[in-house]
Order: sequence, then structure tokens, then C-alpha cells
Amino acid sequence: MSAVVKSPGFHSAEMQSMLYLNGVTKSFDGFKAINNLSLDIYPGELRAIIGPNGAGKSTMMDIITGKTRPDSGEVRFRDSIDLTQYDEADIANLGIGRKFQKPTVIETLTVWENVELALAGTRSVLRALLHKLSSEQADKIDEVIKLVGLKAKTNDLAGSLSHGQKQWLEIGMLIVQGPELLLVDEPAAGMTDHETMETAALLKEINKDHTVVVVEHDMDFIKALDSKVTVLHEGGVLAEGRLEVVSANPRVIEVYLGR
Amino acid sequence: MINKTIFERSAIGRLLLADKAGRYLIGVLLAAMILVPLCNLLMPAGSFFHIPTYVVVLLGKYLCYALLALALDLVWGYCGILSLGHGAFFALGGYAMGMHLMRQIGERGVYGNAELPDFMVFLNWTELPWYWYGFDSFFFAMFMVALVPAALAFVFGWLAFRSRVTGVYLSIITQAMTYALLLAFFRNDMGFGGNNGLTDFKDILGFSLQSDVTRCVLFALSALSVALAYILCRAIVSSKYGRVLVAIRDAESRTRFMGYRVEHFKLFVFVVSAMLAGIAGALYVPQVGIINPGEFGPINSIEIVIWVAIGGRGTLFGAVIGAVAVNYAKTYFTGAFPEVWLFMLGALFVISTLYLPKGIVGVVNQLRERRAERNATSTPEQGAQS
Repeated sequence: MSAVVKSPGFHSAEMQSMLYLNGVTKSFDGFKAINNLSLDIYPGELRAIIGPNGAGKSTMMDIITGKTRPDSGEVRFRDSIDLTQYDEADIANLGIGRKFQKPTVIETLTVWENVELALAGTRSVLRALLHKLSSEQADKIDEVIKLVGLKAKTNDLAGSLSHGQKQWLEIGMLIVQGPELLLVDEPAAGMTDHETMETAALLKEINKDHTVVVVEHDMDFIKALDSKVTVLHEGGVLAEGRLEVVSANPRVIEVYLGR
Repeated sequence: MINKTIFERSAIGRLLLADKAGRYLIGVLLAAMILVPLCNLLMPAGSFFHIPTYVVVLLGKYLCYALLALALDLVWGYCGILSLGHGAFFALGGYAMGMHLMRQIGERGVYGNAELPDFMVFLNWTELPWYWYGFDSFFFAMFMVALVPAALAFVFGWLAFRSRVTGVYLSIITQAMTYALLLAFFRNDMGFGGNNGLTDFKDILGFSLQSDVTRCVLFALSALSVALAYILCRAIVSSKYGRVLVAIRDAESRTRFMGYRVEHFKLFVFVVSAMLAGIAGALYVPQVGIINPGEFGPINSIEIVIWVAIGGRGTLFGAVIGAVAVNYAKTYFTGAFPEVWLFMLGALFVISTLYLPKGIVGVVNQLRERRAERNATSTPEQGAQS
């Protein structure tokens, strides 16, 4: 169960893709939320996924993280692992971290305690009962809190943070989980322009040792990420490529950018 | 940040050092454990310091309720599992103890049958059912006091948590569980004495249950159990495990995506809580002298929730305070104005939910914070004037 894999290693020649979706379909009451979706994320890549409301972005995240099972299609992690066979806790321990659209941190615990809970390690009941923090772990927690810019808030309750700070805390919690792949759902939603740019810089920093998939609406944010973009529409891929290329695509303009 | 002297202390010392209210609570419990029996046994009946035996029994009963409230606060206050069936675990622990006490009666029953309890003779049973075997032994019975509630909690919790039954749905099925047990235990052919339950106990480990000394010992054991259970619960909620429980309470799916098996964490705390409730029941039965299916009543389980809510959920000591305070009020009002008690209990619950969401403990904390704020604002002003 505790297959916590550390982040390095994805540059090895043998791994073709970090995440591979092929012909994935999922319908709810006859409505095809995901329709024959295929996606290939390379190890070490930073990928932005955009699309209008109802394009299937959240359902795609749910399928990858084990919350929803697809009706058909392939979902593979690190070439060989069939994600449809696992549940949320397994997939988290395999090395996929997920940040929700709405910031979800544990409001009644401090920033430090939030990061401590997320810190990679065994997740068993007994270990948690007898857990004693080592100094390396404490250092790692401090380091991550510093990375996401919350050092001054270390001992504050997470519930007292601003919206943007909660988003960063959650990103910090994702990083200490030690995932290889990070799925980040609308990190810039509800942020000020300044916070949005800082978040983009933070994600680029994180991308140095993690594969990152970002779902976002905010075009300035996507521009700042400066990465390959996939446009989803009606549960499938409409276009893929650099932002300049994608935004020149007439179909994309019609369904999304032109509005 | 880390004080060296704190680390040099024992594990329990370290826990209590960070928990002022807990220190007071344990101090009061230990003092009561010694003083109440002394005042009952050594002081002459007319003395101001004499505590009559009925008060000792009453206080012992409150402490059993306090232990039960502690058990509920552990699952509800810290993990958000609103169990409306904790009375069932309490009653099962009580029945296990009651069965032992029944076996101790021996041939002193009304029918003088050394092999069978009176109610079985009355039902024309000829032999002891298999599930009564072993209850002659005190240690076996004590083992069952914890094991039976734990086993029920394990099976129930395993099914419910694995299927991700949460919130109000979980509350409803726990209520159904205790109601089902109520109906089952009412049946004579279950072999637990039907609606009369188990009673007419004579002695425990050879000591008469009617004697003041035995009653004082039972009281002291109840006080000690509450103190030990408090320390156990505090240790659990102060560990990393406890923080995972809070995480589950506040953001269950976030916790799942962090890689924690939420169902395992819930199951463990639910089983521990059920055992504590069972122990509370086992201490309760010899003190009140009876256990009957009424203890499985859905209302009983709801009352436990009210104690915890009024005392202050998620604080542990609040549960103890709430259980003692509400039950003291119950004793007083059911004596003085028996017909209004239930209305009062309902009103208390409504008022505490609307105006005191954090219970008595929350009010006390609020008052202290306000005083601290006033002190903080007044000091600089004085400094400016001088």
C-alpha cells in the first residue's frame, strides 16, 4: 500500500509517459462528460489544460485520481500502472497529488500541522499513533512552508489564511507528499493579479522536479506558465500545442476564446 | 520552540503539561476518589462532612456517564462521527457485567437453583445457553465487557465506513442499530432476562453490593477509570493520529487524497470508543443494581450527545463537565418538577446549539479571552498616561 515513490527518476530513458489516457469515456445518466479522451503527459512536463465549463476537466481529474471509474478506456501512470484499478488513497500513495479547485486545507489545524499530515511517509493507523517527528522531517516541513511563502504564518490556523494563502498551503501540502505527478485544479481562481503571477512562478519552480498538470481558466495565468496547452471541449481534446498556435485555431476561438 | 525540560518529563507528564484543564480535571477526580469514600466511611452520620451512601452511588453513576460522554466525544468531537447509538455499547458492557453478577448469585436466587438464573427457571429452561458459559469467571466477564462492544463496533464500523456512509445517514443507522438491539433484548428467548433484564445482584468478587465499602470502592474505580480514559483519549487526540482524525472531520476527501485510509482511521477510533463505553456500562451496573433493555433506548443515546454538546464538543473535558452537569440537573429537576424535565432537556439542547455552539467550555473560554483582551488593551493606555 505504501508505495511512496520519490520524485526523481522520471528522466530515465525507459519511461515514455508519466500519464497516458487513451479513449477514456465516462457518462453520467447518458450525458458523456468525457468522450473518447486521449492525453499523453511526458515525464517532467508542465501542461496546461483549458476548456469552457462542462468540458470535462474536473471529471478527468476525478478519473485520474480514482474518485470516478471510467466506463471504458485506458488510464496509465508511469507506462505500466493501470490507475482504474486503484482508489484515492492508493493513487495518492503511488505518487499522484491533487489540488482541488476550492482550496481544501484543514482549517482547525495550523499551517505546520497541515504540512506535517501531508508529509510523505507511511499512512497506517499504528504508525500515526506512535509517530515521532524526526529532525529531517521537521526541516523538510519548514523548507516547504518557506517555498510557498507562508513562513510568517507557520503557527497560524489554516482557517485564518486568505484565499490565496490557502491555495499556496495546499500546493505545499501536495509537494511534501512527494508525488511525481501533480494535478492542480484552477489554482488562480479568486486570486488577485499579483497572487496569480506568484502562483504561476511557484508552479514553474515546482515543475523543476515534478510533472505538473494545471487546469485553469485564467488566460494571463496560462500565458505566464508558458507551456504546452490542451483545449478540452465536450469531453474530448479539441486542440493541443503552444498557446499562440492554439489560440489561432478557429475551432478554439469559436467554442472558447471568442466568447 | 521546544523546551528541553518538557522532553525530560514522562509521556503522560508531557501530555498534561500542555493541557491545563485536563490537569484540573484529573486533580478533581483523584481528590474525589479519595475524599468521597473517606467522608462516607469515616465521618459520623450527623457530621457536616458526612456524605450519605445514596450520594456516593449517585456520584458514581455520574462518573459512568462521564466516561460514556468521553467515549462519544472522541468519535464525534474529533472525527465527526455523530453516533446516535453509543448507548448500545454502554448497555452491552453493562450486560456482560450483569451476566457475571447473575452467575455470582448462585443458589441464593428465589428458586434456589445453583445452575440457572431465576428468569431461566421461570421460563422452564433446563440448561444454561452456551453464550452464558464462562461468565462465572470475573476475568472472562471483564474481557467480554470490552470485547463485545468492540466486536460490534468493528463489524458495524467496517461495513459503514467502507461503504463511505457519513453524516446524518451514519447517525440514522447507529440509531437503528441500538433500536434493533433494544427489540432483540426485550425478547425472553434471547436469554438475557427479557424486559426485566438482569437484577437482584448479591455480590461482586465476594463483596456484598449493598455494603458501603463496596459502593465506595466502585465509586473510586469509576473516578479512576474516568481519569485513565481521559489520559488515553488525550494521548490519542494529541498524536499525529489525532490530527488525522481532525483532518477527516474537517475535510474527509482531502485526507483521502493525502493517502490516508480514512476508513481504517475511523474504524480504530470507533472501536476504542465502543470499548470505553462498554467499560462505563460495566461500572454502572453494579452501582445501580440493574441492567435492562431500556438502556438500549434510542433516547438514551441521544441524551449522551446532548451532554457532550452542552459541555463542549471536541475538548474531552467538556464531555465530562457536560455529563455531570446535565445529570445533576436531571436528578434535581426530576425530583423537584418531574413533568418539566424532558422539556428542559430539549430546551437546553436548542439553546446550546443556537447560542452556545461550543458548550460550557466555549463560554468559559470566550469570557477568558475577553478578559485577556481587556487587560491587553488597558495596559498600553495606562503606559501612555504615565
